[in-house]
Amino acid sequence: MRVALFVTCLIDLMRPNAGFAALHLLQQAGCEVVVPEQQTCCGQPAYNNGDADSARAIARQVIEYLEGFSHVVIPSGSCAGMLVHHYPRLFEDDPTWRQRAEHLAGRCHELCQFLVDIVGVTDFNAHYSGKVAYHDSCSARREMHVYEQPRVLLARVAGLTQVEPGDSEQCCGFGGTFSIKFEDISTAIVDKKVENICQTGADTLVAGDLGCLLNIGGRLSRQRKSVKAFHIAELLAGMTEQAVFPVDKK
Amino acid sequence: MKSTSAQFNTNVRRALHDVTLQQALLRVGPGFVDHRRQALAVLPDAENLRIRAREIKERALASLDHYLLEFEKNVQANGGQVHWAQTAEQANAICVELCKQARARSVIKGKTMVGEEVGLNDALEAAGLETIETDLGEYIIQLAKEPPSHIIAPAIHKTRKQIVDLFDRFHDRSLYPGHLESVADIVNEARAVMRSKYLAADVGITGANFLIAETGTTVLVTNEGNGDLCSSLPDTHIIIAGIEKVLPTLNDAAVLLRLLARNATGQDITSYTSFFTGARRADDSDGPNNFHIVLVDNGRSDMLNSEYRDMLRCIRCGACMNHCPVYGAVGGHAYGWVYPGPMGSVLTPLMNGLAQSSALPNASTLCGRCEEVCPMSIPLPQLLRQLRNDGHKQQLDSWSARSTLALWAWLARRPKLYRSATSLSLLVLRLFGRADGRLRHLPMISGWMASRDLPTPKSSFMQQWKQHQGDADD
Repeated sequence: MRVALFVTCLIDLMRPNAGFAALHLLQQAGCEVVVPEQQTCCGQPAYNNGDADSARAIARQVIEYLEGFSHVVIPSGSCAGMLVHHYPRLFEDDPTWRQRAEHLAGRCHELCQFLVDIVGVTDFNAHYSGKVAYHDSCSARREMHVYEQPRVLLARVAGLTQVEPGDSEQCCGFGGTFSIKFEDISTAIVDKKVENICQTGADTLVAGDLGCLLNIGGRLSRQRKSVKAFHIAELLAGMTEQAVFPVDKK
Repeated sequence: MKSTSAQFNTNVRRALHDVTLQQALLRVGPGFVDHRRQALAVLPDAENLRIRAREIKERALASLDHYLLEFEKNVQANGGQVHWAQTAEQANAICVELCKQARARSVIKGKTMVGEEVGLNDALEAAGLETIETDLGEYIIQLAKEPPSHIIAPAIHKTRKQIVDLFDRFHDRSLYPGHLESVADIVNEARAVMRSKYLAADVGITGANFLIAETGTTVLVTNEGNGDLCSSLPDTHIIIAGIEKVLPTLNDAAVLLRLLARNATGQDITSYTSFFTGARRADDSDGPNNFHIVLVDNGRSDMLNSEYRDMLRCIRCGACMNHCPVYGAVGGHAYGWVYPGPMGSVLTPLMNGLAQSSALPNASTLCGRCEEVCPMSIPLPQLLRQLRNDGHKQQLDSWSARSTLALWAWLARRPKLYRSATSLSLLVLRLFGRADGRLRHLPMISGWMASRDLPTPKSSFMQQWKQHQGDADD
């Protein structure tokens, strides 16, 4: 199976290891992986900040270089949600592009969804000793309906204990540029998230979206909590030499 | 009520530092969520009910003019009168005039959000009418001279001690002994104070949750029974309601009633569900001799003909704010007007102008939980995005935000230049970063850095991938 990996701009810039982990998992699942070199960003910052024209221009470009693939895999619920739900919406008044957007939307998958639902591989022979809290991103959970898949995948990791933080349906307060524009509200929200995670006694935070991971992990790091943060792909691929943020040894 | 939505950021800072408010939010917030969840879990076919509810509202809105006229005809047939108010000022003027016609000196009011919206209390008081709120929460904030901080629990931000202090200040201690300790003490004293007001009032004003076209009936839900007293004790009953409240049939109201309380408080049904149909008839044992309905537009017909039409389905249950992380962090007053939470962030700009409230639609993480819980399936995140589009077109966002975004969007369409920008960004991160690979300060994104670290990766995925490809080719 030939698949395109849409790395996402945040992984490209802030956590390349998660991109390589996703690539590794796809190869392990028997896919031939292509990394389209034109890729930059899916256009969410423009789309969510009222600049629909720029978002459309970026979307057209993404559609052009991805529509030739039978599957596009995205290690992020929010970027996947953008391609699957919001691209078609951007072209509501443009039947030609709308059709192309919908055609692409039908071929895009969030990483865990793709591994479990499409290729049906759940065991990657991974080992991780730790107590892991998985954080659902809002877009993964509500837009992409990803909930069981990451939990199924984590259950197959040897040595790993899963814990469910309280109030897990609640947003972490990232919201893209929201976290910069309204930093005090964002901080108040992430503080509740951090509290819920720490209450489980988890030593590791895992998420499928780098935005949430940087937000919660960044707050944990600032507070010097000894909770390691990883993208779920890194954990499944066994690429956990270094957490996203350095963690002080106790 | 004067809006302070333009000072949203100041309101937010005040709210986040208000210890009492923060305690109240922590105390009350989870209750609404849990109760709603439990109530819906045991409701058979809840999702189907939600689809039917949406269809009913869509049908009503599609022929709104028809149903409103049918409603008016049936109200008149029941001996009542309907008055049409295009603006808030007209709504207030009509209510004041009706009070004058009734030679009223005092007015008792049931909780009405549209009354808050048009600023009815101020108008009545300016006309010299003593005006008493009879919903306990509304009464408390009336004493405190504050707007509601939640649409169904208006005084949710107040502690018991603050309420006792207000009662000590405003209640005549020669008539009422005071020494209030328990919640029951507070309720009993409020009841005693209100009783004399009820008996003396000339006019009762309430809101309406639904208007039923086929019968000319208005429906009101309360948990305190105060709406019934406002209706049956004074000689004149005025009902004020937005035009979007009309439903074709009684059966339609029955469907929406099954959703309203469950989504609002988690009750199967409110303690009181009152149906008011016209003035007192010859053989009625009680009821008002004068029955008036004031139908308020105040921007609603503009909404009907716009991309914000979905918002008119709102039945004001408050589920969106109860589940909103932003509301949960800052409470209702920060939004600066009468409607808080996600519904307020849509309604306030539409009713008061986007220029005065442009922060509101932006102050959302677009997490989508509001849409998920909305019994009327209103696509709130999409409406917030639409308002952001409007704000961007009207250039209401800051110059620096616009230019940064424009530069980024320009780069995102030029992969080669984008790669150079990525390398440059990583260089800056490492320059400001610490030896341990943790970044604690960066002037360009001080908002982020105020409370969170960033990692400092050495090179981007695409750089490493290119290198990897090159190695593989050799």
